[in-house]
Amino acid sequence: MTAPAPGADARRITLTVNGRRHDVEVETRLTLADCLRHGLGLTGTHLGCEHGVCGACTVLVDGRSARSCLMLAVQANGAAITTVEGLAASDGTLHPLQQAFQAHHGLQCGFCTPGMLITLIEFLGDHPDPDAAAVREAIGGNLCRCTGYQGIVAATLDAARRMRAAP
Amino acid sequence: MKPPPFRYHDPGSLDEAVALLATLENAKLLAGGQSLMPMLNMRFVQPDHVIDLNRITGLAHIRESAARIEIGAMTRQRDLEFSDLIRCRCPLMREALLQVGHRQTRNRGTIGGSLCHLDPAAELPMVAAALEADIQVASRRGTRTLPMADFPAFYMTPAIEPDEIVTGLGFTPWPEGHGAAFVEFARRPGDFAVVGVAALLDLDGAGCIRRAAIALGGVGQGPVRWSRGEDLLQGEAATDDTLRAAAESCRGVAAMGDAQASADYRRHLAGVLAGRALRAARDRARRVP
Ligand code: FES
Ligand code: FES
Repeated sequence: MTAPAPGADARRITLTVNGRRHDVEVETRLTLADCLRHGLGLTGTHLGCEHGVCGACTVLVDGRSARSCLMLAVQANGAAITTVEGLAASDGTLHPLQQAFQAHHGLQCGFCTPGMLITLIEFLGDHPDPDAAAVREAIGGNLCRCTGYQGIVAATLDAARRMRAAP
Repeated sequence: MKPPPFRYHDPGSLDEAVALLATLENAKLLAGGQSLMPMLNMRFVQPDHVIDLNRITGLAHIRESAARIEIGAMTRQRDLEFSDLIRCRCPLMREALLQVGHRQTRNRGTIGGSLCHLDPAAELPMVAAALEADIQVASRRGTRTLPMADFPAFYMTPAIEPDEIVTGLGFTPWPEGHGAAFVEFARRPGDFAVVGVAALLDLDGAGCIRRAAIALGGVGQGPVRWSRGEDLLQGEAATDDTLRAAAESCRGVAAMGDAQASADYRRHLAGVLAGRALRAARDRARRVP
């Protein structure tokens, strides 16, 4: 699917995604989001708007959140990427934030959830003890069509408590 | 939505970048990508070449030298947001940055990109206007600086030549104890402002205004320095009445209307927001004899 078309401007890049190294050849115009989804089969990262508005495609690039629809895959050459697939433990135990989303109805259709989780993972790393207003601000760039956000905010506050108790 | 085909170049030095820009036809510079990438995805722009500036390390820095602050064009908005130097010496920029997009976009977005994209309601061009920053530009022909006042040519178009790259900006920070405020109205936090106001005030020991700057955004084609309001403040006691008169004068700004807000409403916002910004700047200022 992402194999470069004949004659297209292409490069070989190396990405470390969720700790696993991948060597892929990509067209230089391919976005990081499409590289993850189609090139590597990591379809957990969702694409809502493809122009930087909805936040569904948020991933961590070298520890910093970024909209993967607004980066070219070639720009991530050599970078370490974390996607939603990388949040659970290797035995499948969900991350405390994922558990809290489950417990507090932080998702319905789940389309926005990968971007919400990744955004909030970075946020909780910087703000281990946030208040509700700060959580709302943190997800200001992530659109959810279903939940009304209440469950997401409750889940985040609960996850923060759990993560402080058992860091 | 996918970007159209282009040839990708990622020069490792400024010299290489300006040489590419001088020789390639229909080339676009890619900085943080928070404006160009959406335009590519939607194919509003169809360049034959994209020159990615992200590998040029010499363009990302925040430095204080000889009473000036120098910022490289490729400095990420987030690095400015978290800079102690900016927080202490240029609180106006920090307050504005917190209203620029979201964490995910500030992590990638650059100050040079914001200046060059030059959205009429973008926060950082307003800050550069209020600070009277110099914009540094390089091409194969050499380097030059131009004052921010001359930087906007017209709507979303900086006054630089097609072969020139913005490499950074420099400004003299306002003195210790000055008051600064950046206030905007946007439909949602993180959106471009409908109207925004940057205000700077320096007070003397008696509470009189030694120096004032007001920059308005979201009204004209680019950031507007509102000297009529600054003149009403200069030398006056920083009372509520003085500030109100200066803020009210902002309603006289020439504004453009669009689908989001009429010209009248933008003028109204300019007055209201200038009042808030000036009062906050005054309350934050220390009287310095
Ligand atoms: S898909 Fe990237 S922000 Fe919407
Ligand atoms: S759960 Fe459906 S979009 Fe958020």
